[in-house]
Amino acid sequence: MKRDPFNVVVSGVGGQGNVLASLIIGAVLVDSGYKVTIGETYGASQRGGSVMSHVRISRTEQYGPLIPPGAADLVVALEPTEAARVLAQLGNPETVAVVNTRPVYPVDVIAGDVSYPEVNELFEKIRSLSRRSYFLNATEKALELGNPILANIILIGAVAGAGLLPISEEGLCKAIVDYLSRDKVDINKRAFLAGMEMVGNQGAVSFPQR
Amino acid sequence: MSLIGKDAPGKEVLLMGNEAIARGALEAGISVAAAYPGNPSSEIVGSLAEVAHEMGIYVEWSVNEKVALEVAAAAAVSGLDALVAMKQNGLNVASDFLLNLNLTGICGGLVLVVCDDPSGISSTNEQDSRIFAKLADLPLLEPSTFGEAKDIVRYAFEISRKIHNVCMVRSVTRISHARGNVVLGQLPAAKPTPHFDTSRPLSSLPASASHPVTHARLKQAGELFKDSPFNWYRGPVTPELFIIASGAGPLFAMETISLLNLQSRVGLLKIGTTWPLPEELILSHLSQAQQVLFLEEVDPVLENNVKEIFADHNHSLPRITFFGKKTGTVPDTGELSPALVLSVLSELMGVPVPKADETYSRAAKDTLERYAPFRSLAFCAGCPHRASFWAIKKALALDGRNGVLFGDIGCYGLGFLPTGFRQPKTLHAMGSGIGMAGGFGMLSRFGATQPSLTVCGDSTFFHAAIPALINACHHRSDVLMIILDNNATAMTGFQPHPGSSFDAMGSEAPPLAIEDICSSLGIKTLVRDPFRLEEAALTIHELLQEQGPKVLILRQECALVHGKKGHRRPKMTIDPAKCIGEECGCNRLCTRVLRCPGLNWDGLTAKARIDEAICVGCGVCADLCPSGAIKKEAS
Repeated sequence: MKRDPFNVVVSGVGGQGNVLASLIIGAVLVDSGYKVTIGETYGASQRGGSVMSHVRISRTEQYGPLIPPGAADLVVALEPTEAARVLAQLGNPETVAVVNTRPVYPVDVIAGDVSYPEVNELFEKIRSLSRRSYFLNATEKALELGNPILANIILIGAVAGAGLLPISEEGLCKAIVDYLSRDKVDINKRAFLAGMEMVGNQGAVSFPQR
Repeated sequence: MSLIGKDAPGKEVLLMGNEAIARGALEAGISVAAAYPGNPSSEIVGSLAEVAHEMGIYVEWSVNEKVALEVAAAAAVSGLDALVAMKQNGLNVASDFLLNLNLTGICGGLVLVVCDDPSGISSTNEQDSRIFAKLADLPLLEPSTFGEAKDIVRYAFEISRKIHNVCMVRSVTRISHARGNVVLGQLPAAKPTPHFDTSRPLSSLPASASHPVTHARLKQAGELFKDSPFNWYRGPVTPELFIIASGAGPLFAMETISLLNLQSRVGLLKIGTTWPLPEELILSHLSQAQQVLFLEEVDPVLENNVKEIFADHNHSLPRITFFGKKTGTVPDTGELSPALVLSVLSELMGVPVPKADETYSRAAKDTLERYAPFRSLAFCAGCPHRASFWAIKKALALDGRNGVLFGDIGCYGLGFLPTGFRQPKTLHAMGSGIGMAGGFGMLSRFGATQPSLTVCGDSTFFHAAIPALINACHHRSDVLMIILDNNATAMTGFQPHPGSSFDAMGSEAPPLAIEDICSSLGIKTLVRDPFRLEEAALTIHELLQEQGPKVLILRQECALVHGKKGHRRPKMTIDPAKCIGEECGCNRLCTRVLRCPGLNWDGLTAKARIDEAICVGCGVCADLCPSGAIKKEAS
């Protein structure tokens, strides 16, 4: 995290575990001494709509809950068109994206009112709007682990594995205990490690700790 | 599990604004907390309920906001500290009692937290509740950060105890539903024993005597606010532009000032004590001002009140140009955002907004147009409301008299949209569906021929629908009330209500049966399963042919609650030999009409396809498929 604030957007579709993903990222970083602000959208938007959380990380300042236009440093997307949407709204040529490749079709697509973009073109678009992008089928892996909701923690694992945020296995487990519950540690740890493995520890960025 | 009960003074944790408010109340030493859920306020009492036992406090989800305030007031007139929380619409419900309680006062501390929802992100309106503080002559505080949300609530209790009246705290979505660092403070050791002093009855009568007392208490709050740490100024002594801001405004203002490098030209006066305003502090800055900009959500409340102070001291102040909602500089509806504040400040100060990369902007625009399809809101996969509205649609078509379905507040409000087949024709306030439907059912005497029906959720039924149902019953209205009983206050986070078998603190509670309540009024009351589509539709049709008031309860658990209980999802399959796609002649009932997120249309094979990550196995699509291609696994 060279920039301060370092702005992360976690995006997806209501029900994909977007809020929990941003909470866990924030919890780990607050425990490491950072100031974190998370802005979220609740309520009606949960039912099938696009959702995003803005996670703003700083060593010194408590920032506002919304990221200014074009200021996202990292986009973590639980759904590929939601990656494209957020990059277009808040991205810049330096933004990095970590993307779950599994589509969630809008009901308008299901009904045939509009069509879902051709996925290879969509991925190309995401690449063109980011400095670097990582693609992984987190939902498929989550289904293997027994619950599709785990895609969110798999993506956090990928983010950590790619060296994009200073999140360790221990940090994750502590956050799960503190903010969720002890009996959820095991399965989430497995999801986190699966995500790390999927991204292949591709990053080697170092993080100055406070 | 919420961290708000953690006994670790000095520890810095990540809390939601609403949890910070709850922690502030715990640090203040509350004994009682009550609320009716409503976003963006639900997590305040939700998190207090989680820690109720270990903290030794009483927490309840009250039947509605007025009762919640009455429950909290009972504690506060007995010397205890109590918190009551609600969303902006809820304050309207509670206001009748509030505008009498303010005249009698209290002896403990009572803090009323109202969470406004600028832009109506999860609300039907975006009313600015701060006006109520002025209306009720009660002091009002507004936090601007998460840490401050905690401290301001603790402070609000101090004010309330000192002035012997309610103190209001107004939060907004971007504080309540955001998270940030909060440093935990000390939790108090002991709580007082409640005692109602029967020698001092509480009555506002006569108002001519009690009203001046309320004014004096408000004035006292104003004196205390003079030293409030929640008002501060940051910037040069004589800036070119003063920003006066509250709520979410200061955070957006500070970041924008630094993004545009305006630190030496623009100053920020952040106000936490919105009513009564800290007049001396404001005057000291106005005396240095040439231009003032107001940043607040939603109405020009600070703006009008500061201008009032300016008018009163006009003779001793310089000429000042004010910018805000009155001048159209800031929109007079909707919430603030970094983009909005950037454009306002850039315009006023003549500083350009940093330009985005042009190639990137073009690609971004193309992406939004072609690669980011809009997502309409929709009922969840397996939501019983989709089935209920299907049955209603079918019954109304069968009936053929152009029946009118009056809507109400809850998830089923989304019935307006395609996944509810656009069946409800009205949407107003809690319980208004049966109120209006009952009224419409009286109009046959003038020649009205359209049948009157309404939908109402189970929590909404208890909250506000019962008096209107009684009204329809007593006046023999020709109305069918369909209660969509999904056994939860689903829209706001599955809180229990009087029909639940447990309460906010998780203790067993006697569930009140909706059918018993309706039957006790002498109303014909039937119960059906909405997942049995045909039966539900025929029952609605039959009831529409009968005179007088009728109740049909369509009962099926919320799919999300069902999922949370860890029920195994029955597996759905599609027989590719039987699914004949567009050839079927059903106009793709399964996908084009039903619009369930768990059932896709495969463009390549031109057949329906189950999405196993989303489908919960309710089986409604299997019932609909005319070819019998969709199968539900036997349970």
